[in-house]
Amino acid sequence: MSEVVLDGDRPFGWRQRLICLYGIVWREGLRFLHQRERFISALVRPMVWLFIFAAGFRQTLGVSIMPPYDTYVLYEVYIAPGLIAMIQLFNGMQSSLSMVYDREMGSMRMLLVSPAPRWFLLTSKLIAGVAVSILQVYAFLVIAYFWEIEPPTWWGYLTVLPALALSGLMLGALGMLLSSIIKQLENFAGVMNFVIFPMFFASSALYPLWRVQEGSPWLATVCRLNPFTYSVELIRFAFYEQVNWLALAVVAGCTVVFLGGAVIAYDPARGMLMRRGG
Amino acid sequence: MTVVADLMPKAAVSALSVEKVSHAYGARIALDEVSFDIAPASFTVLLGLNGAGKSTLFSVITHLYVSRSGAVRIFGRDVARNSGAALALLGVVFQQRTLDPDLSVAQNLAYHGALHGIGARETRQRGAIQLARVGLADRAGDKVRFLSGGQMRRVEIARALLHRPRMLLLDEPTAGLDIKARAGILEVVRTLVADEGIGVLWATHLVDEIRDDDHVVLLHKGRLLADGPSRSIVGEAGARSIGEAFTALTSRGEGDEP
Repeated sequence: MSEVVLDGDRPFGWRQRLICLYGIVWREGLRFLHQRERFISALVRPMVWLFIFAAGFRQTLGVSIMPPYDTYVLYEVYIAPGLIAMIQLFNGMQSSLSMVYDREMGSMRMLLVSPAPRWFLLTSKLIAGVAVSILQVYAFLVIAYFWEIEPPTWWGYLTVLPALALSGLMLGALGMLLSSIIKQLENFAGVMNFVIFPMFFASSALYPLWRVQEGSPWLATVCRLNPFTYSVELIRFAFYEQVNWLALAVVAGCTVVFLGGAVIAYDPARGMLMRRGG
Repeated sequence: MTVVADLMPKAAVSALSVEKVSHAYGARIALDEVSFDIAPASFTVLLGLNGAGKSTLFSVITHLYVSRSGAVRIFGRDVARNSGAALALLGVVFQQRTLDPDLSVAQNLAYHGALHGIGARETRQRGAIQLARVGLADRAGDKVRFLSGGQMRRVEIARALLHRPRMLLLDEPTAGLDIKARAGILEVVRTLVADEGIGVLWATHLVDEIRDDDHVVLLHKGRLLADGPSRSIVGEAGARSIGEAFTALTSRGEGDEP
């Protein structure tokens, strides 16, 4: 081969970064297509809630008129946004945790020897995970449509997209942060018990906050402090072609904080990886 | 373009320079002021038992984390301060399998190319060349799952060469392979050193992979016990083989300080 300029002297510019981002998203998509079980369990989980839990509680829990709904809605309709957010919560935790633990450790190290800046690599990985979670959500929405869970107009399917992107980023960044700082969360069961269940139940996913307030004021306060509540509300309003500005602000703010934390945690000079010992 | 090479004659720049690198996990010292240099186009064996500090050293060189003190340079580029430029010159084969078993060989290479900012078409061209080099030209379309352990290692070597590194790091690359596969991998890498002038750091605990004229860096309990040609380490230790010298040097440090 002819003598060429050392690649190390070619700057890693925006074109390279774009190729890099594309490659990471492309690989995540390919892996997703190959992991049918993951896709199916991501669909089955909310289905169980929708078909069994919601159907059973339909009579017990009536939901009165409250924004964004301008009429009485069935309980299934109420919890659908919560289930969408749950899909994203699971996906965020799963993809971020798998980054560090078990067999993915090797591929994480491979990712991190790329000459691209580390914050860029982590963000790309995050975006790839969000893209997959959005695919899962739309698959769920297709099935939910036949269960008469649909937006007021077809536009709802479009307006919910940015909300899904943002909430996916927040939950993925949270998973990434947790995966890097909390040693005890080394298996998924731990994450289920200590992160996913508390976040899901102490939120507005299953019951409106005003009802929680009636039953238990302190729980209502916890729900109000739970970022997941705002993910749910952001999606709920966006599905009805409206913007919940408070939810938008909280979700955007939390995304920045969680992602910033994750980048610091993965910083080669002070991160968790160093203390863990590789 | 080559900034460093313009400033000084090329021979003066080490392919890899490890300078007084120390690292500790809490109170446990994993690396204690380790220093050595690797010349371009040389085959260096990093010899050490499990727990000698090889993995920590690899993590520091690959910028997984930064050592508490000391510096690592790849062709003069500081890994901690100028990591992008340093990592671009570094190819790594990790001890763990890092290929995606569900994807094809070509898809695995494409992913790696993208991580290094190389476009899809160029990755394909370079990939074909590197696969031919490791004797797997006809396997690009196969799923990694269907390759043997030795073939996977070859693919990992081809992948590590995609971005044309000048320094190649291999962490126990022959672990778990049979004798024939081990010899094959070793031959591929030695040919790389001879033909392409790539600097190689080969971590192992298997002394039979070492040749007399190889550069050996002996690490034991985080300390550098020996650094030089295998032949002279054997001579200085008064041993008959590098295996004997290894045993003598590592057991000497048990009771008293070396």
